[in-house]
Amino acid sequence: MFGEPHWFRWVRRAGLAVFALIVLVPLWVMITSALKPLRDVQAQFRWLPTEWTLSPFVDIWSTIPLGRYFVNSLVVALGATLLSLLVAVSAAYAISRYRFRGRRLFSLAILSTQMFPGILFLLPLFLIYVNIAQTTGIVLVGTLPGLVITYLTFSLPFSVWMLVGYFESIPRELDEAALVDGTGPLGALLRVVVPAALPGIVAVAVYAFMTAWGEVLFASVLTSDSTRTLAIGLPAYSTQSGVYWNQVMAAGLVVSVPVVAGFLLLQRYLVQGLTSGAVK
Amino acid sequence: MAERGRVSGKALPYLFLLPALLLELLVHVLPMLVGVGMSLLKLTQFFLRNWSAAPFAGLSNYTVALDFNGAVGGALLHSFAVTLAFTVLVVAGSWLLGFTAAFLVQGQRRGRGLLRTLFLVPYALPAYAAVITWSFLFQRDTGLVNGVLADLHLVGAGDRPFWLLGGNSFLAVLVVALWRTWPFAFLVLTSGMQAIPHDLYEAAALDGATMRQQVRRVMLPLLRPVNQVLLVVLFLWTFNDFNTPYVLFGAGAPAEADLLSVHIYQNSFLTWNFGLGSAMSVLLLVFLSLATGLYLRSRRVR
Amino acid sequence: MNKLGVALAAALLLSAGCTGQSGNGSSPTTLTYWASNQGSSLDNDRQVLQPELEEFTKQTGITVKLEVVPWPDLLNRILAAATSGQGPDVINIGNTWAASLQATGAFAPFDDSALNGLGGAQRFLAGSLAATGAAGQTRTSVPLYGLAYGLFYNKKLFREAGIGQPPTTWEELTADAKRLTHGDQWGLAVEGSSITENAHHAFILGQQYGSDLFDASGKPQFDTPQQVAAVRQYLEFMGTDKVVNPSNAEYGNGTQALHDLATGKAGMVLWQGNAETVLKANGMSPEDYGVAPMPFPQPTPADGKHINSLVAGINLAVFANSGNKDGAMRFVKFLTSAEEQRKLNKSFGTLPVVQDAYQDPAFQSPAIKSFQQVLAGSAAPLPQIAQESQFETTVGGAIKDLFAQIAGGKPVGDAEIRAALSAAQQKMATGG
Repeated sequence: MFGEPHWFRWVRRAGLAVFALIVLVPLWVMITSALKPLRDVQAQFRWLPTEWTLSPFVDIWSTIPLGRYFVNSLVVALGATLLSLLVAVSAAYAISRYRFRGRRLFSLAILSTQMFPGILFLLPLFLIYVNIAQTTGIVLVGTLPGLVITYLTFSLPFSVWMLVGYFESIPRELDEAALVDGTGPLGALLRVVVPAALPGIVAVAVYAFMTAWGEVLFASVLTSDSTRTLAIGLPAYSTQSGVYWNQVMAAGLVVSVPVVAGFLLLQRYLVQGLTSGAVK
Repeated sequence: MAERGRVSGKALPYLFLLPALLLELLVHVLPMLVGVGMSLLKLTQFFLRNWSAAPFAGLSNYTVALDFNGAVGGALLHSFAVTLAFTVLVVAGSWLLGFTAAFLVQGQRRGRGLLRTLFLVPYALPAYAAVITWSFLFQRDTGLVNGVLADLHLVGAGDRPFWLLGGNSFLAVLVVALWRTWPFAFLVLTSGMQAIPHDLYEAAALDGATMRQQVRRVMLPLLRPVNQVLLVVLFLWTFNDFNTPYVLFGAGAPAEADLLSVHIYQNSFLTWNFGLGSAMSVLLLVFLSLATGLYLRSRRVR
Repeated sequence: MNKLGVALAAALLLSAGCTGQSGNGSSPTTLTYWASNQGSSLDNDRQVLQPELEEFTKQTGITVKLEVVPWPDLLNRILAAATSGQGPDVINIGNTWAASLQATGAFAPFDDSALNGLGGAQRFLAGSLAATGAAGQTRTSVPLYGLAYGLFYNKKLFREAGIGQPPTTWEELTADAKRLTHGDQWGLAVEGSSITENAHHAFILGQQYGSDLFDASGKPQFDTPQQVAAVRQYLEFMGTDKVVNPSNAEYGNGTQALHDLATGKAGMVLWQGNAETVLKANGMSPEDYGVAPMPFPQPTPADGKHINSLVAGINLAVFANSGNKDGAMRFVKFLTSAEEQRKLNKSFGTLPVVQDAYQDPAFQSPAIKSFQQVLAGSAAPLPQIAQESQFETTVGGAIKDLFAQIAGGKPVGDAEIRAALSAAQQKMATGG
């Protein structure tokens, strides 16, 4: 922006400080409360603990099998992310590089699934999975693959849509040259388009991972004891330990750290991905 | 026909689409159709085990849901109004906050990367962790909100307000949803602003345009396509948001903050009337399709 | 028929065609058991149950696959299992759901011969046995753990206030509570946001005031003068008597009121007998609190019943689709045997549901005796009707909103209560 008045610098700094506060205050409470002894979180709110303690973090590991939930969440989120990428990249490639009947219909239809209220298809989906198990023997209820398949479709519409935009920003001449060189369409996709679209693909991966990591409603019906994920292990935990806000906050931090850290490491790709993808 | 051993060129795009298509059919489309079918049945707990015995209800679930003078329809209409107000406020507020922050960060030199990272944290936090933190902040006796209000002498010790009960609960769920949503608007608008070539501003400045005029004549028009998509996505996500109210209030939300997703959940999973619950979901779906379709048409998005 | 219609019909056929089949694939030597969360954590439940399951395997050669299901998930999991026919063999249910779940037809019936196989109906506490299904129908569950409501009081606070005996009438309770209320300390703690607790108290007090929630034909009648009086009695503790901290309107996760009792913030709570585990977790040992039966109104209102608890507890049910019904029945017999009843109820702080388990000295303490007497003599089961869960949701929710209004400083009188209960009744009538 040019011709910015001098006084605006101060407005900007003040404004940014306000935004930073809005974000930081709840985070501050989350972190400090997780380090407070129980009596602190049960009395009037205070900004600092009377005494710093790590015991909430120790306690949460002993009351619920957080470790197992963690591994389950990781397997599900990584699996959903990888598969979602494969499926989304291939679909986006078709939409951006080919003109075929039903192309528009497909793009619209896949985006419109974002409108479906989860409540509407939770029970039907469960029934369909059960029927699949009965007719084919592939068990999707109470297993991690079932969750992976479900979650990958949750992130699919947005991923496809974002990747189509991204792929279209890549000059078509590049992959056409590869095709002329005798590489097949798959080769052109893998050797030319995918490397060029890497930021967009990373962005989509981050999005898919986050979607799978935090989902609660479907996990509560589709998981069992051994496949329970963090996102539902924790609510169960916090109903049990109600007033132990320090432990609840500690548990919240434990769930958040991996996904937040990954997100922040990769966020510049997200901005890039959106810039050349969605925005064009 | 193609040569042997090679896939026909015409079939190729469909082949690339096939996995996505199959998965969407399996997880979204087919269950949705089953859901629509459920809405036409009198599917109470008596018939859960054997649906084929559930009496065909025709549209009676819909007439109950749409009879706004009755208790069920009246509650649904109320919930719809609450959700609409909630969605409009969250979408508008998120856009405004996201735009302001993106605009301010763009001009900032020092610490720009750090600020951008920080602002994205609420979006990156898993919904559950973020909302449970807010429910702690909103506790009457131990929460930060009342603590700060008391420190500022805005409330006395005896008349601390409830934030998760009664009229304030709408405000509470609104604040939480805003906190979680605006960073997404910020992210998308930041990308949008970055994609605008710098020389456009330069040219405008040379023509004597002030900062405000550059925003109005260069930035906002160029952000239009981004805004359209952003608003639609925000609208759909907010309207269907289940996690925020459910984690904040549990299954029994206060009437003032009775958002549709939880309302429908309550009507199907707590009262075991899946026919009625499905009918409500279908009505919600119809509304969302109409609203989105009309908006996109009015904006003439491709 | 257009394309959509065809797809819809196909989808329905696909899903309906396969329901009702046995999908458990159980062999005669394995069973799947879903246990509800009774102990202090899911792991605690597992630790208590696992050795007993091994004992069962030793006796019968049947291995039991255990899953402890957290309460927030249990009902959804049962519904999903009932709908799909894909579920465990044996399951725990809250006994207030007995009739609702019976209506789904997902559970195998326990007819007289099945019950005789467990030692006969007379072995079980009559009250608990009454909460196993709708009247006039073959029961589809049997009692497993018994629970009753009682009055828990903090002995130290009672001593400080000079209260010698726990109250036996509501008037006395209010008077005692007033003496206990000063500063940060309150006479009574309630869970005003808990839909279940609210519904339970509305029922118990309603019994005392002579209210019938459903008329003879099963139609809801929530707004009778008796029921309004009962709900008012419960709300007044916070409203006019001011012996309940208004903050309690926000309590709802089943531990906060007990926490207040344990930490001396409240002198009394009205709670189910398994409060012990939570109190212990909050640092209160059994000698620090006393237990007494819940009070009665004095004088007894016309038509009032001598009831001061509902028959609470956990039932066992066998899935109709179980591939190993024989083994499932043997497992039910095992869990309801005197020996296992003693062990399990001792661990979970619940009451045995069979007479012959009470000889154990562990069940001779005054507290347990008091609960046992209540369960045997003055407890009534919640209406065993298919729409029971709707009753809890609508009435419990209405009371939650009323508590919120009181806490927010709005006066709530008979008119407001009647209006809220009428709305609940109307919702229930159209929703079902």
